[in-house]
Amino acid sequence: MNSDRRDFVLTAGKLLLLTAPAAAYLEAVESGKAEEPAYKTFEHYWGMIVDIEKCIGCGNCVRACKTENDVPLEPYFFRTWVERYHVEGAGEHPDVDSPDGGYNGFPEKYAAGDGAKSFFVPKLCNQCAHSPCTQVCPVGATFESPDGAVLVDKTYCLGCRYCVQACPYGCRFIDPRTNTVDKCNLCYHRITKGLTTACCESCPTGARQLVDLKDARDPVHEFLRTHKVHVLKPQMATGSKVFYNALDGSVR
Amino acid sequence: MEEGILHAIQGYMYPNEVELQWSILIVLYPFTTGLVAGAFILASLERVFNVAAVKPTYRLALLSALAFLLVSPLPLQLHLGHPERSIEMYLTPHTSSAMAMFGFIYLWYLMAVLVLEIWLDYRKDMVLMARSETGWKKTLYRILTLGVDNISEESLRIDDKLGRFITIVGIPSALLLHGYVGFIFGSVKANPWWSTPVMPIVFLFSAIVSGIALVLLMYMLICFLKGIPIDMPCVDTIARYLMYAFLVDFSLEMLDLIHRIYEADESFKSLDFMVHTRLYTSSLVQIVFGTIIPIAMLAFVQLVKLSDAARKGIYTLAGFLTLMGIFAMRWNVVIGGQLFSKSFLGYTTYKMAFATKEGLLPAILLMILPFVILWGLVKLLPPFDEEKAAV
Amino acid sequence: MNRFLKDKEHLFRMAALFAAGVVLFLIVRAVLVPKGFGVYGHYRAGALADNRVRAPRFAGRAACIECHTDEGDRLKGGKHAGVGCEACHGALAKHAADPSSLKPTKPDSKTLCQTCHLMNVAKPAKFPQIDPKSHMDGGPCLTCHDQHAPDKEPKK
Repeated sequence: MNSDRRDFVLTAGKLLLLTAPAAAYLEAVESGKAEEPAYKTFEHYWGMIVDIEKCIGCGNCVRACKTENDVPLEPYFFRTWVERYHVEGAGEHPDVDSPDGGYNGFPEKYAAGDGAKSFFVPKLCNQCAHSPCTQVCPVGATFESPDGAVLVDKTYCLGCRYCVQACPYGCRFIDPRTNTVDKCNLCYHRITKGLTTACCESCPTGARQLVDLKDARDPVHEFLRTHKVHVLKPQMATGSKVFYNALDGSVR
Repeated sequence: MEEGILHAIQGYMYPNEVELQWSILIVLYPFTTGLVAGAFILASLERVFNVAAVKPTYRLALLSALAFLLVSPLPLQLHLGHPERSIEMYLTPHTSSAMAMFGFIYLWYLMAVLVLEIWLDYRKDMVLMARSETGWKKTLYRILTLGVDNISEESLRIDDKLGRFITIVGIPSALLLHGYVGFIFGSVKANPWWSTPVMPIVFLFSAIVSGIALVLLMYMLICFLKGIPIDMPCVDTIARYLMYAFLVDFSLEMLDLIHRIYEADESFKSLDFMVHTRLYTSSLVQIVFGTIIPIAMLAFVQLVKLSDAARKGIYTLAGFLTLMGIFAMRWNVVIGGQLFSKSFLGYTTYKMAFATKEGLLPAILLMILPFVILWGLVKLLPPFDEEKAAV
Repeated sequence: MNRFLKDKEHLFRMAALFAAGVVLFLIVRAVLVPKGFGVYGHYRAGALADNRVRAPRFAGRAACIECHTDEGDRLKGGKHAGVGCEACHGALAKHAADPSSLKPTKPDSKTLCQTCHLMNVAKPAKFPQIDPKSHMDGGPCLTCHDQHAPDKEPKK
């Protein structure tokens, strides 16, 4: 009797011990079957390059973003938008407009040869490394992800709007359908699958490029080295990771 | 959605800035918490600094503070997109967020300062009423006394000592309470109208001014309603302290203004334009009708000997003007901070609805509510000795 | 003990009430704080996965070229080589996943081409832009330009 019980315990114990490595083996096999490689959050650090010399104000990015991310179509809510600048002289008083955020492009408003310079400036969340918006969130509903995207937890957001007030770039808004905050999240659902953002995908001139600062082979490193690059409102020290090429001093 | 706003924009605003984020409800909040801090500072004048003249208003000041403190979170709850999630501020407070930490300052001030102090000061009265009342009132007072019937000399002496200690702790707590609200705005570097180191101090002193004015008015009103003679040395002293606080408050605000005008940084032209156009009326109300005129009236009383009736009239008018002016100041800060674009190139308008969740009607109701609560508190815990004899 | 408690009992009862409040708060907190909060930072770890849940609406050029190799070849080396397929054809992830489920409509070249190429003072000067009324007497764009290789003649 005793030996039977002892045998049973020993056998059961061996089986139990085996289940752990068995489970691990099965998991390895299963994940190997997955179609895409698992996204390793800590191996990426996302940013964007916006090249003012290439933007033609077609509005593709604005439309693509609203389509991809289900952004309300009313003209008060934009994850990204394009501004048109018309600058005379040194640019202390630029004339700026953004009709419906650039959703339908920019009807011509200015006459050629009027002595001013004109250009388009796409704007989006700057995915700040020291973001003032995440600093003020009272509950932790918005945060900087380990891979450099500033994201929103829609199940946790109170809709207090403090972060909207704290963003110097005006990139946040309250989604009237969920009463929580929303903003560009760098198409996180795309970039973690090896795709680029919807705005970069639809930009016909390559004025917008997603960059991975942790990827040694990413062209961003060479680009930053060889171009005169700016961030918006550098005096705010937000650690903005959207780098503008050829940004004029008049841009607000 | 506010369809008309787009047409009322002047210049350029970032597309997401067009609609204001914080409404009149958020104007109410610094106003009511300011009244709390101010009323408490007045109460502490007697308890800690032994300004005996203001003793008649001690209990009333505490009850007023409580009434307004209880109402203070309500406009915030109405404003939130998800008020049912507001407890998250206590469960997972983000320590870098002034708003989150304020939740604890509020709780501390409500429970550890105000409620305790009122309880200790009224304990003897509550025990006496538990003994003399009948029916549901008896039960209520017994609950309030936590079932303890002891009002011996020694226990009351202990209460008094503890109460004094709490008041001493309460003063920095009250300063922190409203200074923090100032910091909630003053620490937002993205907004140059708000971002200034003097914001907490300006808020605090304007809070003291508004709280003193509130207690002054409430005292005179309740005395009038109950037919009790107004203690003139008391209101004269309160009015003097109101004037002192006002002078400091006005100096601080002028300092900020002069500094802005002189330095004229990148935001100045835009803010200047905004004040002269969209904030013109409310600025006039704040500075001329709400500050300069009341200060002049209060100073006049110090310089010229006037009859009791004249002084009462001046204090009443100055009190109302003061409250109006401090409300206008909150309006100018909160709404003003959202009327201009962070691009400094444009301006929007605030379209305040009437009977919506964040409209004028709920704001009015929320401002009436503290007086209703105060009426209940005054009935439950009479603040004047003369009254108690009548009960 | 009684001598110590004398005249202070109400204070101890109040203290007990406060203590009970703190305990209640801690219990509520233990129950209500969401799982995974604070793992990577002051946020719910599950929010990272939540942000990845959306189904892409744009497939990306690589997906289109898998089937449409001839268009892919024509684009190569042409002036539209850098233009994504969906920049003109719209969001077509549905079509890429199951071509029969969504048949893309051919874009109207007159309006589509003008989206980018209509003359505008704010566009970079070296970007090809025209006034459609005066350019080649305002004829249809595709008369002279292959939309996938616009510097070449259109496919016959």
